[in-house]
Amino acid sequence: MKRNLVLGAAATLLTLGVIGTAGAQVYDPLEPMNRVIFNVNDMLDRNVVRPVAQAYVSVVPRLVRTGVSNVFGNVSDAFSAINNLLQGKKEPFGSDLGRVLVNSTFGLGGIFDIAAEANIEKYNEDFGQTLGWWGLGAGPYLVLPILGRSNVRDATGLVAHGLIDPVYQVTPTVNEYELVVLRALDTRAGLLGTDDLVQGAALDKYTFIRSAYTQRRRSLVYDGKPPKDDDN
Amino acid sequence: MKRFLSWMLLTAGLTAFAVHAQEAPDALIKRVASDVVATLKADKEIQGGNKKKLYDLVDGKIAGNFTFMRMTALAMGRNWSKATPAQQKALSDEFKTLLIRTYSGALSNYQNDVMDFKPLRMQPADTDVTVRTTVTAPGGQPIGIDYSMEKSDSGWKAYDVIVGGVSLVTNYRDEFNNVIRDSGVDGLIKTLVAKNKS
Repeated sequence: MKRNLVLGAAATLLTLGVIGTAGAQVYDPLEPMNRVIFNVNDMLDRNVVRPVAQAYVSVVPRLVRTGVSNVFGNVSDAFSAINNLLQGKKEPFGSDLGRVLVNSTFGLGGIFDIAAEANIEKYNEDFGQTLGWWGLGAGPYLVLPILGRSNVRDATGLVAHGLIDPVYQVTPTVNEYELVVLRALDTRAGLLGTDDLVQGAALDKYTFIRSAYTQRRRSLVYDGKPPKDDDN
Repeated sequence: MKRFLSWMLLTAGLTAFAVHAQEAPDALIKRVASDVVATLKADKEIQGGNKKKLYDLVDGKIAGNFTFMRMTALAMGRNWSKATPAQQKALSDEFKTLLIRTYSGALSNYQNDVMDFKPLRMQPADTDVTVRTTVTAPGGQPIGIDYSMEKSDSGWKAYDVIVGGVSLVTNYRDEFNNVIRDSGVDGLIKTLVAKNKS
């Protein structure tokens, strides 16, 4: 039942994404709702998430944090490999697969990023990028509760990801929520350096982040070579 | 003798100017970057968090290689022509200050990042090129930083920086548009002034 619901939601999102625009322009018909969620997220971040991430950085030694990052990175490399395969990108697929194999074995389950030392390139493909590569437009900009900036296409990708992500699968020994929280913490800690930058640069944080996200995702879909924006 | 000296100085000055004008855009970025990094590494006060000194470093060594008028015009889009020359000047000055402040903030996170240049594809007659670089922080993922540059009488000048696919100029376009829609060109000048004072 839960699965059907999720699939139904994914199908709805996909349809919305198809209707949405494909270009470089920001498309934000849900802005009033997005801004409300953005403000709640921002408040949560300032009062809870950011302080916890700062504490994590100051309490946990760098070596351990790097190990945690590497383990989650190893999982996401596996997904990146799958997505490269789905996009028919052979060499990147081989590279990401090679990373997973090397790091899972010699890197002791991904704790050490041996593949980086060996200069095996990391591609960071995800389902949102795959949908974009297949020609699906980004659709309306979305701010998701807690997860933050997204768009209909990327949110659809997230749902697809969530269905098979091992971190969400309950195992008898590890509580899935602890893993999910740890991964979120790891991600947030990695972004601490950009907080002051955005704060300093943005006239309006919401608009600034929306524009940066839209540009960034478009660039990723086109592997760093997006076609020229014809509006300029 | 006096004449000879002044002739020498004049020639030297002209030669220096010619060398500067002919400096290729990627060579320019390489030179400025290594100069700034050398200063950062040598300056204990900046390392200790002296923001004023860092601002002056960016203002003195980096800002002169940008054309802020063009950057502001691009970020303003269609609204640029609605602004009077005085307003354009004010906008460009304030935008420059905001960008220098932001750039200084980014530089304060500098930790031995490595900058690599991709081969520059450029014809001798080109007056507009993109210099592509990748910057890698120790233990981090490489990030692409591209500089859009145009040729001017005083050498190549950058008019946009694209970080990881995010164009600085495009990013400000929405922001500028919104403020102008709500409170006009003067409103945007006021907003920028207030932002730079915060």
